[in-house]
Amino acid sequence: MTTEVAKPVIDVRALDKRFEQIHAVRGVSFSVHQGEVLGFLGPNGAGKSTTMKMIAGFLEPTGGTILVCGNQVLEEPIKVKKAIGYLPEGAPLYGEMTVYRFLDFIADIRGLNGAYKKKRIDEIIKIINIGSVVNQTIETLSKGYKRRVGLAQAILHDPQVLILDEPTDGLDPNQKFEVRNLIREMAADKAIIISTHILEEVDAVCTRAIIIASGQILFDGTPDELHGRSASRNIEEAFRLITTQHYRGKGESVQS
Amino acid sequence: MNILAIFKREFRGYFVTPVAYVFIAIFLFLNGLFTFYLGAFYESNQADLEPFFRFHPWLYLFLIPAIAMRLWSEERKTGTIELLMTLPITTAEAVVGKYLAAWCFTGVALVLTFPIWLTVNYLGNPDNTVILASYIGSMIMAGGFLAIGSCISALTKNQVIAFVISVVICFLFILSGFPMVLDLFRNWAPQAITDAIASFSFLTHFSSIKKGVIDIRDIIYFAALISFWLYANVVVIDARKAS
Repeated sequence: MTTEVAKPVIDVRALDKRFEQIHAVRGVSFSVHQGEVLGFLGPNGAGKSTTMKMIAGFLEPTGGTILVCGNQVLEEPIKVKKAIGYLPEGAPLYGEMTVYRFLDFIADIRGLNGAYKKKRIDEIIKIINIGSVVNQTIETLSKGYKRRVGLAQAILHDPQVLILDEPTDGLDPNQKFEVRNLIREMAADKAIIISTHILEEVDAVCTRAIIIASGQILFDGTPDELHGRSASRNIEEAFRLITTQHYRGKGESVQS
Repeated sequence: MNILAIFKREFRGYFVTPVAYVFIAIFLFLNGLFTFYLGAFYESNQADLEPFFRFHPWLYLFLIPAIAMRLWSEERKTGTIELLMTLPITTAEAVVGKYLAAWCFTGVALVLTFPIWLTVNYLGNPDNTVILASYIGSMIMAGGFLAIGSCISALTKNQVIAFVISVVICFLFILSGFPMVLDLFRNWAPQAITDAIASFSFLTHFSSIKKGVIDIRDIIYFAALISFWLYANVVVIDARKAS
């Protein structure tokens, strides 16, 4: 990354994904710069997770390009995956491992070693606040703890890019507050994408919001602009207006 | 060193769940049963372990798919495959790491049959180099079964389906060397075809090994078989990305 003209850290162009019957993502383009926290909003099945899976290199796009830190996901998958910390939908984890062993495994794969590895794991355990469960097997943890272990795994190697699919799902209000603070604290030197159903989260952490429905971008702008879409500046109403217009077939694809 | 990290995780995984202990107990029990009853180990009055190794292909036929079925099916079922495949590792590294862990685990079970080796040495004076060669051969054959099972496991998230299909394919690989099957072909097919079918069989290649003869051709056969199925395993996993 050069500093003169800031190139986007994530650059998605004309991204397309078809599953046999379903056209899940249709020509999605956007970019994310360092310091940005992009909120992915949209109804269930809109294509949010599919887009995130493609950026993370788990699914191959049917068309379009994805550049992460200047590397094509399909051509340099290992370089891209090294730069990304990814929390998959539902935070899947190896249930039979203890939290510590699991993080140790991720650290090994992420190339951390020796004293630094131990220091970093301990640091993350403190940051994510999972100290009380490090020696428990993951399958015995509550949903909130599992989500936090998933988050710990994603940020362990201090990646340039964070892709978090519903990072606060299943957390209690206090935990949500903590995770949002954490994301804000990390934001300055990273490019972050989070998906969420909680619209207040957009105000709390995002610098930009994208609304996706049926695989298309319907809105791309700042949270403030999103508020402005509703007469009463209510974000929920703005969201409803944008997405329902689209489903009535009247909505044109709006990009700001 | 990604392979090593995956290997360690997987290998340890066997021993934190009851899988390892149940498998090893059953493996040892069936080995004993086959050797002493079906193999007539005592009655043969010979100081060798042929009656012990003779049944290994049959034992592996059911036990190896049981080990292999979870290798990839479980990752698919629990969704951890998404975690694994978005880590900075290649598909081949993941496949080989998992495979080697399962293979070493099988090796542990095989090593734990050592009391039978002690017994035969106590009772007589067997040729221990033959026994060592047979152990190595048995291990290599287990690797063949395992590579098939690992590939099939990547095809489905249902472990039962993975198990059943693996058993059937492994059975075909055993069967193709059976005199009964070969006779079916011998009557009408050219000798070359019958030989080719026989040459695909685990039994054909294991028969010399269990006598303690490690022939380079048998090694090449198993190496090629394992490579082929692991390669197919990688292809299957990569194909799922694009689906």
